[in-house]
Amino acid sequence: MTELPLLRVRNLGKRFGQTLACDSVSFDLWPGEVLGVVGESGSGKTTLLNCLSAQLSPSAGTVEYLTRSDGLLDVHRLSEARQRLLMRTDWGVVHQNPRDGLRMGMSAGANVGERLMAVGARHYGDIRGEALSWLDKVEMDRGRIDDPPKVFSGGMQQRLQIARNLVSKPRLVFMDEPTGGLDVSVQARLLDLLRGLVSDLGLAVIVVTHDLGVARLLTHRLMVMQGGRVVEQGLTDQVLDDPQHPYSQLLVASILPV
Amino acid sequence: MNAAAIDAKVEAGYNFAYLDEQTKRMIRRTILKAVAVPGYQVPFGSREMPLPFGWGTGGIQVTAGIIGPDDTLKVIDQGADDTTNAVSIRAFFAKTAGVATTDHTGAASIIQTRHRVPETPLREGQVIVFQVPIPEPLRMLEPSEVETRKIHALEEYGVLQVSLYEDIARHGRIAWAYNYPVVVNERYVMSPSPIPKFDNPKLNRNPALQLYGAGREKRIYAVPPYTPVRSVDFEDHPFKIESWDQPCAICGSTASFLDEVITDDRGSRMYVCSDTDYCADRVAEPRSAADD
Repeated sequence: MTELPLLRVRNLGKRFGQTLACDSVSFDLWPGEVLGVVGESGSGKTTLLNCLSAQLSPSAGTVEYLTRSDGLLDVHRLSEARQRLLMRTDWGVVHQNPRDGLRMGMSAGANVGERLMAVGARHYGDIRGEALSWLDKVEMDRGRIDDPPKVFSGGMQQRLQIARNLVSKPRLVFMDEPTGGLDVSVQARLLDLLRGLVSDLGLAVIVVTHDLGVARLLTHRLMVMQGGRVVEQGLTDQVLDDPQHPYSQLLVASILPV
Repeated sequence: MNAAAIDAKVEAGYNFAYLDEQTKRMIRRTILKAVAVPGYQVPFGSREMPLPFGWGTGGIQVTAGIIGPDDTLKVIDQGADDTTNAVSIRAFFAKTAGVATTDHTGAASIIQTRHRVPETPLREGQVIVFQVPIPEPLRMLEPSEVETRKIHALEEYGVLQVSLYEDIARHGRIAWAYNYPVVVNERYVMSPSPIPKFDNPKLNRNPALQLYGAGREKRIYAVPPYTPVRSVDFEDHPFKIESWDQPCAICGSTASFLDEVITDDRGSRMYVCSDTDYCADRVAEPRSAADD
C-alpha cells in the first residue's frame, strides 16, 4: 500500500531566544491513531503541540498534513486563510482550560454550532438539532442547551469543548491535558467518553499529558519528552511496562501506588 | 458659477466647504476607493471639525468632500429636518459653502442623514451621506481590531451568525432593531449606521450613491448605486421589518416608519411618521391609498 500518514513531522525545533523548547522531533501519525506525549512540566510538550497545530511557527523542521484534496502539505507554508480553515474544519483543539476554547458568555448551543455556522450553515433548526445530538453524544443534558458554559461544572465545560470541536467531523484533534484540573471520578468518565468517541469516529488524536494513567487508557503510542527532546517512543504498553531510557524509567517509577 | 460669485457667498476667512483643498482631495480619494470596494471600510485622515465627535463629524467631512456650489443640501436627524443637529449642519454648509438647502427629499442632490433613510425613494444622481458612530459591524462581538480586519479579509463571518443564533435561542427571534448588519454585494459585512432595520431594504439596489463617514473612527465606506445589499439572517428565521397596528396620526400613512410620541403624563400616545418631509408632503397633497 502506498498510504500516506495523516501527519508527518520531521526535525521539528522551536527556540525562544536562547532557550531550546523543542528539538528535532520527528514522527508520523496515522489516521485513527492516538499518540500521547508525556513528560514533566517544561519539557516542551505544549510547545510541540502548538507548533503542530500551527498556533506557533517552528524555528526548524516541517509539519506536513494530509489534506483532503492536495495530499501532504506543509502546514506552516499554507496561507493564513487555509490554516484557519483547517483549524475550524479538519482539526480540533481541546484546551486544558475550557475558558480558552469556549465562548463563556454564549449558550452551549451556540458554542457547539459555531463551527457549523463558520463553514456556512444558515438554518437555525438544523444547527440546533445538530447541537442537541452532540450534547447527547457527550452525555450532557439536552435541557442545558441554552445555558452558558460559565454556569457549568469543569467536567461539563470540558465535555462541551469536546462537542464543539467534534461537530465539524475533524480528522485530527489536539488535546492539551484534557482532564487536567478535574477530580478523579469525573476524569474517569471523561476518559471513557473520549475513548468511545475516538474509536467510533476514527479520529487521530495527539494528547499532551503528564498523567500516565490518561496515557495508558487513551493512547496507542507514546512519546516521552525531556528537555525538548524525545527520549523514547513506542507502543504505550511497551513504554510504560518496559521503559528503556533512564528518564522514562524514572517517570514510570514515580507513579504513586494507591 | 464663477469663482468670485462663489467667494461672495462663502463666509469670509473660510475655504469653500470649510475644509482645505488638500483635505478634500484626500477625502475624495478615500471615497473613490470605498466605491470601488463596496462595503469595505477605508481609513482616512479624519480632521477636527467644529463640533464634537459623535455629532456627525464623519458625515460632515464626506459632505464637505463632495459638495459643489451647485448642489442642494438636505440634512435630517432621526428623519426630521428641524432638529438641532440637522439645523446646525445645514446652517454650517449654507455659511461655509453658500449652497442652497432644502427640506424636500426630491429637490436635494446631497442628503446627509443620521438614523434614517428618507421614505421618498431616492433617484439616480442623488448622494446620501450617513453619519456613522461605529463603522465596525463586529465590534460588539470581537473587540480586537486586528482580528476584525482579518475576519473581513478572510470572509469568516461565523461569529456574526453565532450572535444571531444566540438571539433566537434567547428571545425566539432576531432581536436587533437598528444598526442591523448587512452583506454588501455578497462580500463585506457592513454596519448600515444606526438606522432602524425598517430602512435596511431601502439600501438594496438603491439608485442613489450611499456614502458612510465615521469621524472618530476615521473610516469611510460606500455602497454604489444598484448594489445588492442583504440583511443577515437564518433560512428558517428570515429578516423581517417592524410593523405598526395603526397608521400615522397626522398623514395616515401605513407604509412609513412611525415614532411613538407620548402626549401627556397619563399614558396617551400617538404614532407619527419619523420622516417629517414625507409626512408634510402627504398632508399637503393627499395621495390615493395605492401610494401606500
